[in-house]
Amino acid sequence: MEVLVAPKHEITWHLACRVDDIPEDGGACALIEGKQIAIYNFTRRGKWYATDNECPHRQQMALSRGMIGSQADEPKVACPFHKKTFSLQTGQCLNDDSYQINTYSVKIKDGKVYIGI
Amino acid sequence: MNTNKNNRIVVIGNGMVGYKFCEKLIAKQKNGQQFTLTVFGEEPRVAYDRVHLSAYFAGKTADDLTLAPENWYAENGIQLYLSDPAVNIDRERKEVRSHHGLVVPYDYLILATGSGAFVPPVAGVEKDGVFVYRTIEDLDLIQSYARKAKKGAVLGGGLLGLEAAKALLDLGIEETHVVEFATRLMPRQIDDAGSGILQRQLESLGLTIHLSKSTQEITGEDTITGMQFADGSKLDVDMLVISAGIRPRDELARSAGLDTHPRGGIIVDNFLQTSDPSIFAIGECAVAHHMIYGLVAPGYEMAEVVALQLIGESKEFKPFDMSTKLKLIGTDVASFGNPFVEGPDCRTIVYENKAKGVYKRVNISADGRELLGGILVGDADQYNMLLQTCKNKTILPPNPEDLILGSRGGEDSGAGIMSLPDDALICSCEAITKATLCHEISQNGHNTVDALKKATKACTGCGGCTPMVKDIIQGVLKQQGIYVRNILCEHFDYTRQELLDLVKINGLKTYGTVLDQFGHGDGCEVCKPAIASILASLWNENILEKGRATIQDSNDRFLANIQKGGTYSVVPRIPGGEITPDKLIVIGLVAKKYGLYTKITGGQRIDLFGAHVGDLPNIWEELIAAGFESGHAYGKSLRTVKSCVGSTWCRYGVQDSVSFAIEVEDRYKGVRSPHKIKSGVSGCIRECAEAQSKDFGIIATEKGWNLYVGGNGGSKPQHAQLLASDVDKETCIRYIDRFLMFYIKTADPLTRTATWLNKLEGGMTYLKAVVLDDVLGIADDLEKEMQLLVDTFKCEWTEVVENPELRKRFTHFVNVPEKKDPTVQFDALRDQKRAKEWA
Repeated sequence: MEVLVAPKHEITWHLACRVDDIPEDGGACALIEGKQIAIYNFTRRGKWYATDNECPHRQQMALSRGMIGSQADEPKVACPFHKKTFSLQTGQCLNDDSYQINTYSVKIKDGKVYIGI
Repeated sequence: MNTNKNNRIVVIGNGMVGYKFCEKLIAKQKNGQQFTLTVFGEEPRVAYDRVHLSAYFAGKTADDLTLAPENWYAENGIQLYLSDPAVNIDRERKEVRSHHGLVVPYDYLILATGSGAFVPPVAGVEKDGVFVYRTIEDLDLIQSYARKAKKGAVLGGGLLGLEAAKALLDLGIEETHVVEFATRLMPRQIDDAGSGILQRQLESLGLTIHLSKSTQEITGEDTITGMQFADGSKLDVDMLVISAGIRPRDELARSAGLDTHPRGGIIVDNFLQTSDPSIFAIGECAVAHHMIYGLVAPGYEMAEVVALQLIGESKEFKPFDMSTKLKLIGTDVASFGNPFVEGPDCRTIVYENKAKGVYKRVNISADGRELLGGILVGDADQYNMLLQTCKNKTILPPNPEDLILGSRGGEDSGAGIMSLPDDALICSCEAITKATLCHEISQNGHNTVDALKKATKACTGCGGCTPMVKDIIQGVLKQQGIYVRNILCEHFDYTRQELLDLVKINGLKTYGTVLDQFGHGDGCEVCKPAIASILASLWNENILEKGRATIQDSNDRFLANIQKGGTYSVVPRIPGGEITPDKLIVIGLVAKKYGLYTKITGGQRIDLFGAHVGDLPNIWEELIAAGFESGHAYGKSLRTVKSCVGSTWCRYGVQDSVSFAIEVEDRYKGVRSPHKIKSGVSGCIRECAEAQSKDFGIIATEKGWNLYVGGNGGSKPQHAQLLASDVDKETCIRYIDRFLMFYIKTADPLTRTATWLNKLEGGMTYLKAVVLDDVLGIADDLEKEMQLLVDTFKCEWTEVVENPELRKRFTHFVNVPEKKDPTVQFDALRDQKRAKEWA
C-alpha cells in the first residue's frame, strides 16, 4: 500500500499590523496578499489567532467583527450575521457541521503581528 | 348506538357549533366506527370565529377567523356543501334536501342552524343603509357603506350592539350612537351602577348613548336619513346597524313538524334530542332547560354531548353557567353566577371608583361562606378566580371584600389557582378541568401554553382561560420543585437580575472584572452583550471605552446596524418624528455624498443604508454638525417615540402629542435596556400614533394622559395595558421612570416589555402595585437611577467623532485603513441601490 504524504506546506510570514491595531479580546481584519484575514487578540488567554475573514454561511466578510469567547474550553468566534460560531483552533463550525473556515498561524515580534500563510 | 347502518350523519349548519360537532365526532370516533358526515352550510365560507367578528375591522382577515381550513373537512372525509342551505327535512324517508336539490339520507340529523339577527318590526328597516351584524358578509356590506357615512347608530345596547358600535368606531365613523330600549346598557349582564360606569367609559371614547329610546320609524326616502323615537325625539344618521338580539333559526325544524318554542327555538331534552329521536339540535337554535344559550361555550358542550351519544357513550347536557367576561371597546365587563341577587339571603359588597371607571360587586350568602355571583366593570382581573370560587362553592376567606379589593395585608390572598378542586372547569369552551391540565403538565411534560393547546385544546376557544392555564403551569412546576432559573449561559450561573445586582453592589465597570469575580471561562456572544447592557444600564459610561467595545454586539460596536453585504445603516435621531426642512436637506446631501439608499422607517425616522464602516465617522461628523444625534437604532435601548401631529394642527387633537413625544424621547434616549424599547404618543383617542402597540404608550385625554405599558408589534403583537389614566405630564414621566427602571432591573436578556410583563408574577396588578402604589418601597430609587441615566446622557457618535482613538477603529482593514471592503457590491433598484443578494 502506498502512503501519500502531502508535501509540508511552506509557511510564509507576512507582516499584518501592529499589536495595538487589534483590540484586546477582539478582532480586526488585515489585507494580506489580496486575502482578508481576521486576526484575534485573545488577551484573556494571552494568545493570538487568525482565520478567514469570510463566514462561509452567507459569504460575508465579517468574522473579524465578531465576538470571541469559549465554548467548553474551545476558543471561538461568533459571526455577527447569524451567530455561526467557529473554533479559533480548528476552524470547525461549532453549531453547524457543514461549515469550516481556514485558520492561520500568528507570530508576534517587536510589537508587530505576522500571519503565516 | 352506532352500527353499520346507523352511521350516516347529516349536519345542517356550518357555524362554530356545527363545526365543533364535526371536530369532536372525528376526534372521538372509535376503531371500527366509520361515520359518513355530510354538512350543509348556508354561508359561502367555512365556519369561522363569530365571537371575535369585530376583530375583522381591527385588521383580522376572514382567513384569520376561520376555525379550520376547507381541506380539513376533506381530509377527514366530511362532505361539505357551502352556499347550499338545507331546505327540507323528510322525516319519514329520513332525507334532507338542499337548496340546490341534493337529497342526502341520514340516520341521525344534527340541527346546528344557529340564529339570525333579530330585526324588530320597525317601519323602514328595509331602507338602504340599514344593516344587521351577524356574518362576514354583513361586515363587508357595513364596511363598504361606512366609507361614505359620517354618522352611524347601533340599535341595541347589549353585548352584540356594543361590539357593533366598536366596529363603527374602528371604521372611522365620526359620530357613533348607541340606541337602547332598556334603561341601561347590557341589561342582561350588569346592574344599573355597573352600567353607569360602563356608559361613562364608552362616552369618553366618543360614543353617544341613548337609553330608554323606543324606535318608531327609520326615516328617509329609499336611504336612511334618521331615526324617529316614540318620545318625539329624532336622530340624524347615515347608517344604522341593528343588533337588538338574536332569533333562533328554527324554520326548517318547524316546517318538519318538530316541537318548537312559541318564542322561537327547537325544543330539546337533556340529551339534546328533539321531538324526533333521530334529530338533535345544538347551539343557538336549541331551547334546552327552557332557554336559548347564546354563548359559544354551552354550544360547544352541546356538540360534545351529541358526539358522545353517537359513539355510544352517554352524557347529559346540564344547565350551563352563563358567566361571561369580555372586553368592550377597551373596557372589561364581566358577570358571573347570579349577578343580580338581592334580599335577606344575600349580602352585597360594592366597590366603585368613578374616576378610574371601575365598578365591582360581589353577592355573598348571608352566612358569608359562599360567593353567589357578581359583576365587574372596568377591571376584571379577578374574574377567573371569582368565577371558580363561585362555581366550586369554595369557602370564602374571613374578609370577603379582599376578593375584589385585593389583599391589603401583604400576603397573597388569592390562595391561588392550585387551591381549586381538581374538577374545577378551567377552559369552559372545551370543558377542560384543572385535573386534566395538571396531568398533562406533570405526566406528559406539556408545560407551555402552546403544548397544552395542542394536547388538550384548552385556550383555543375564547382564550379567556389562558392566564389561568399559565398559572397552573407555574403552580404544577413549583409543586414538583422545579424552579425555572434562566441563567445567562455556560459562563455565568446567574440570572440577569442577579448579575445586575451583583455588578451594582460591587461597583464593577468592565466585563473582565465581572467575569473574573462571578463567571468562568472566556465568555461568549451571549453573556458579553448581556453584561455590556447591564454595565450601560447601571453606569451609562461610553460603551466603547475600557475594553467594552469588543463585548458589544456588532451593531453596538460600530454604532450602526450591520446589513446584508457587511455595510451599515445609519439612523439619526428625529425625536417625535419632527424635522425641519434644513435637516431634511442635510440628510439628503449626506445620502447623496456617500451613496446611501434612503428609506423612511416604521418609527418616523430616516434610515440611510449602504455605508462602508470606514465612512461612518465622516457621515456622522456631517450629521452632528447639522444638529443630529445618534438614533440608537443599533442599540438595545430607546428607539423612537412615534407621535401623531396632535392639537397643534389636528382638528381632533386634545393635547400637544408632538411636544410630549419629543420630551419623552429626549429624556430616555440612550438608556440601555434588556431589549429595544419603542414608544408613542397620541394626541387623542383615535390613537394615530399606535401608542398601544409600544413598550410604553401615551394617549391624550381631555384631562391629561393615559399611560399604557407592555405593548408589542412584531410577530407576536400585543396591546399595551393601561397603567394609569388622566395623569399630568410630570406624573406620567415619573411612572415611566419607575416602569422602565423596574423592567431594566428585572427582565431576562433580550426580553421585550410585553414578554416580561406576561411572565411577571402577578402581572399587571403587581406592576401597578409596584409602580403606582410603591408596595416594594423602591419607587424613589427607581426614579433616582433613571435620573442618573438621563443626566449622564452623551451622544455616542459625538464622542467617537471627537475622539481619534475611538475613531480609528472604524475601518475595514487595519493595515490599509483608507481601503474599503472590495467584496461589497450593490445592485440598482428604483433609482437607488440595494445590497447584492447573498447566496
